[in-house]
Amino acid sequence: MAFSTTLTVNGVKRTIQLDDSRVTLLDLLRERLELTGTKKGCDRGQCGACTVIVDGRRVNSCLALAISHDGAEVLTIEGVAQGNRLHPVQEAFIAHDGLQCGFCTPGQIMSAIGLIAEGQAGNDPERVREGMSGNLCRCGAYQGITEAVLEARKSLGAADQRKVA
Amino acid sequence: MNTFDYVKPATVGEAIAAASEPGAAYLAAGTNLLDLMKGGISRPSRLVDISHVPELDRIEDLADGGVRIGTLVRNADLAHDRDFARRFPAVAEALLSGASAQLRNAATVGGNLLQRTRCAYFYDVASACNKRDPGSGCDARGGDNRLHAVLGWSESCIATHPSDFCVPLVALDAVVEIEGKAGRREIPLEKFHRLPGDTPERETMLEPSEMIVALRLPGEAARFAAHARYLKVRERTSYAFAVVSAAAALRVENDRIVDARVALGGVAPKPWRAREAEAILAGARADASLFRRAAEAALADARPSGDNGFKIELARRIVVRALALATAGTPERVPALPASPFATVSGDVIHA
Repeated sequence: MAFSTTLTVNGVKRTIQLDDSRVTLLDLLRERLELTGTKKGCDRGQCGACTVIVDGRRVNSCLALAISHDGAEVLTIEGVAQGNRLHPVQEAFIAHDGLQCGFCTPGQIMSAIGLIAEGQAGNDPERVREGMSGNLCRCGAYQGITEAVLEARKSLGAADQRKVA
Repeated sequence: MNTFDYVKPATVGEAIAAASEPGAAYLAAGTNLLDLMKGGISRPSRLVDISHVPELDRIEDLADGGVRIGTLVRNADLAHDRDFARRFPAVAEALLSGASAQLRNAATVGGNLLQRTRCAYFYDVASACNKRDPGSGCDARGGDNRLHAVLGWSESCIATHPSDFCVPLVALDAVVEIEGKAGRREIPLEKFHRLPGDTPERETMLEPSEMIVALRLPGEAARFAAHARYLKVRERTSYAFAVVSAAAALRVENDRIVDARVALGGVAPKPWRAREAEAILAGARADASLFRRAAEAALADARPSGDNGFKIELARRIVVRALALATAGTPERVPALPASPFATVSGDVIHA
């Protein structure tokens, strides 16, 4: 069975012919579109390395069937900088040593962008840690990651007005 | 992963017709199903993708003060719906204590009810498992079973139902709306999941081709909003399934409990309503000894299925803690660590 899937990836509309219904969004990004910034860690939704933003929401791309996301807008780590100007979350990760080996970093950054957009964590480090708990860092850079997310939120001027549950 | 046909129906009727083929499975977000398919535990020959069927993603208020939640509503959207969280705070807290933000952004209401156990022997296709391969045996018996069931288990299966969401739902008399070839019907959530008995492969009351279309909470459930909590013991601070959990919802008047709802998670093959505990609490003055008696009643029939006797006392204590926190009042906002027994008591404003 052959399928055609159209995605808008980092602002560019891409139509991909799929010869297999089993392709995940993660494999499509990495293997078909050569966007290898999004990492495959556990491939089971447990580590968060594959986090991308689909239609404005952070999700695990390893547990998303590409074919089910026809028409979706996808933002990956390759799409967050403006030319040579890094995204404020990227800058904050560098400033706060929010990484060591870097393998989890694209997922951490996409997750942090999602977290800030969700507006639930505010400037509470405990809520940031809880909100980032779907992203594992085996180097243990969590302290820097939390600081980076808090600073990035401030520099983005995120209006954390949404009253929450 | 096996190969499969992919069908994308436009209506519920088309979905049911497409799912009537033997070997078909419904796909919503796929956060559990794809995991199971990658491991070879589930091998559907056809996926019926309902994630684009319109009108299944709505949260609707009902005339009785209750709510009807479409099967495709995402966990995060329900938990952060202000009106829903205000009326059913223990449900919102349970949702936010489950999985990760990424998974909650994708996972659906219907998928949560239908998620499979996380028993490691069920997931390991080299192990004997009566649920995955009926009649093959149960390697969890005599295996690493410290997290397995202490209530409702059978000789053929000792796995637990992993949902957090279902625990307060079953306490609050949620109803599951189902549609299939024979038409629409509804089942109380308490009766939706089956006990394993000799047929652990049959986990719910769904017949072939039937799908969940919605979940309802009655208006009565909102009357507990001022004193409702969900508490969950995990082996790490966040992003882990419950070792044991409890939902407690009370109506309190002048230090007296006039009505109580209690349910347990992580202890049984289904979300476990503790009606004996509720009967002890109703009409009584809220204090520690009452909570302990209620907890004893909730676990009266519990027995270890392996190296998990500790879960019985742990479950009693989490019931006591959930009752004490529910009595103190629902916090204004879900704590930073939702459902955590280790969360600091913040002194937040209590619901009126």
